[in-house]
Amino acid sequence: MGMTITEKILARHAGKKEVLPGEIINARVDLVFANDNTGDLAVDQFKKAGFDKVFDKNRVIFVADHFIPPKDVSCAEQSRRVRVFCREMGLSNFLEVGRVGIEHVLLPELGMIKPGDVIVGADSHTCSAGALGAFASGVGSTDMAAAMAKGELWFKVPETIKFVYKGTPGRWISGKDLILYTLGQIGVQGATYKAMEFSGEAVEALTLDERFTMANMAIEAGGKNGIFHVDQKTIEFLKPRVKTDYEIVSSDPDANYAEVHEYDVTDISYQVALPPSPGNVKSLSDIGNIQIDQVVIGCCTNGRLEDMRVAAKIMRGKETNFHIRTIIIPGSQEIYLQALQEGLIETFIRAKAAVSLPTCGPCAGLHMGILGEGEKALATTNRNFVGRMGHKTSEVYLASPAVAAATAIKGYISTPEEVM
Amino acid sequence: MEYRGKAWRFGSNIDTDAIIPAIYLHTSDPQILGKHCMEGIDPGFPKKITAGDIIVADENFGCGSSREHAPVAIKAAGISCVVAKGFSRIFFRNSINIGFPIFESEEAPGKIANGDELIVDSDKGVIINVTRKEEYKSIVYPDFIKSIIVKGGLLNSIK
Ligand code: SF4
Repeated sequence: MGMTITEKILARHAGKKEVLPGEIINARVDLVFANDNTGDLAVDQFKKAGFDKVFDKNRVIFVADHFIPPKDVSCAEQSRRVRVFCREMGLSNFLEVGRVGIEHVLLPELGMIKPGDVIVGADSHTCSAGALGAFASGVGSTDMAAAMAKGELWFKVPETIKFVYKGTPGRWISGKDLILYTLGQIGVQGATYKAMEFSGEAVEALTLDERFTMANMAIEAGGKNGIFHVDQKTIEFLKPRVKTDYEIVSSDPDANYAEVHEYDVTDISYQVALPPSPGNVKSLSDIGNIQIDQVVIGCCTNGRLEDMRVAAKIMRGKETNFHIRTIIIPGSQEIYLQALQEGLIETFIRAKAAVSLPTCGPCAGLHMGILGEGEKALATTNRNFVGRMGHKTSEVYLASPAVAAATAIKGYISTPEEVM
Repeated sequence: MEYRGKAWRFGSNIDTDAIIPAIYLHTSDPQILGKHCMEGIDPGFPKKITAGDIIVADENFGCGSSREHAPVAIKAAGISCVVAKGFSRIFFRNSINIGFPIFESEEAPGKIANGDELIVDSDKGVIINVTRKEEYKSIVYPDFIKSIIVKGGLLNSIK
């Protein structure tokens, strides 16, 4: 019987001809990474277990993105311990402020992700890399330590759910709306333990940046990974970045799927996930007037160049609402520079938005934009659990960069049409 | 293995921010994490429990971030195991990998009330409710996963 792209990639890395969903395998990993937060714990476990070298110096990477520049002494210490470890191990891959970006934005940019790879990262949004046709899955620090030491890891082969998107959505409707819509349909456990395979003419029409957004939020449905097939756009993206060979893997026509969902996205409108769950999704037109205190445009979900461009297009020549704090966070140094050269940063600053250096920032309530009691944020991030961005009574609404930019101007959750 | 203790009931979608809020992520010290276990949903939880007690939850326990701090906090607080209808996959992996037993049971959570005395027999795949004199089925893990738990975690098992 045929296999899905996910099954094929896992089979190849386990040295098998075929794998079946549910089977537990040991698979070779092509890249192992962690951030400044999870890295510390992984390093600790690695040392405690008595390992003294990593399996491959070029395939282990630490990205300092969560609390950079360190916001306090204990964060500085976490980073320092990882930095010291990398020096001890002879790793040149501890990337810090000034050379960095949010891990899931940065690694594809650096050409570290190839189609057909198996990638594990000690961060739940590792699934973002599936946009390039890789099997990428978030793991914990112990997994990270084991993978760092051995270059392989155990996996339970997931069943796959196929999502087929048809039609042509409206002008400002983006990949973010598509994935929020999907979460609204299947819920936050809709894909638990499963692979989410995104396909159909509407996703083929998406930019790579939008595909990253969709793959990024696979975990919000409980997915093990999110994955796209490689097409011409993927190849264009990879060309300047990946210098080594890679193999393009795709699902067989007779592959077996646990479920198939088909959505016609021609008429979907702007999607908003209301607190306190990314699955609590409504059309913007159905949520009424919601006043906002802070807008955040950034995060590994929507901190890419395309997101900056969309936001700038909507904000150009306008001013953000006086009662709103607008924080814009380019996802990497490369994006920051490109945004600067295209004049996007100037647009934001003239609009009285604050532009931050690349970091996770307030996304997980860590720093640079924490919410106070009862405050509401509209963010392009991926999670809106209770207290995610600050005080436990604060609230986070999730939406696309276009909606975020319009909201920054209006002061309440609005559509781009209201300001354009 | 047998795990015995009082049940502490939680609902569905208990996320990792509820289990250990992000403000404690600056540390990886189990002792500190254990003191703040479940603080996002039940402040003071670690003080109420007795070593060996069991968390019982509904669907999707441990959803959200990949922070291993979550099962570490629960284990360090003295909880002997978690029984739920389902776990988020990263939480599941993390628990197994640190040698902390968690059990899926479709049937048990709906029938267990807060404070019930439980015995979980992981080899037989049964959960005994001593208070109600009932018995429920739970999952029996494949030998591969059992051996990770018995050896005290993934790193011990691959050394
Ligand atoms: S941007 Fe947010 S979701 Fe993404 S890695 Fe950073 S903290 Fe996690």
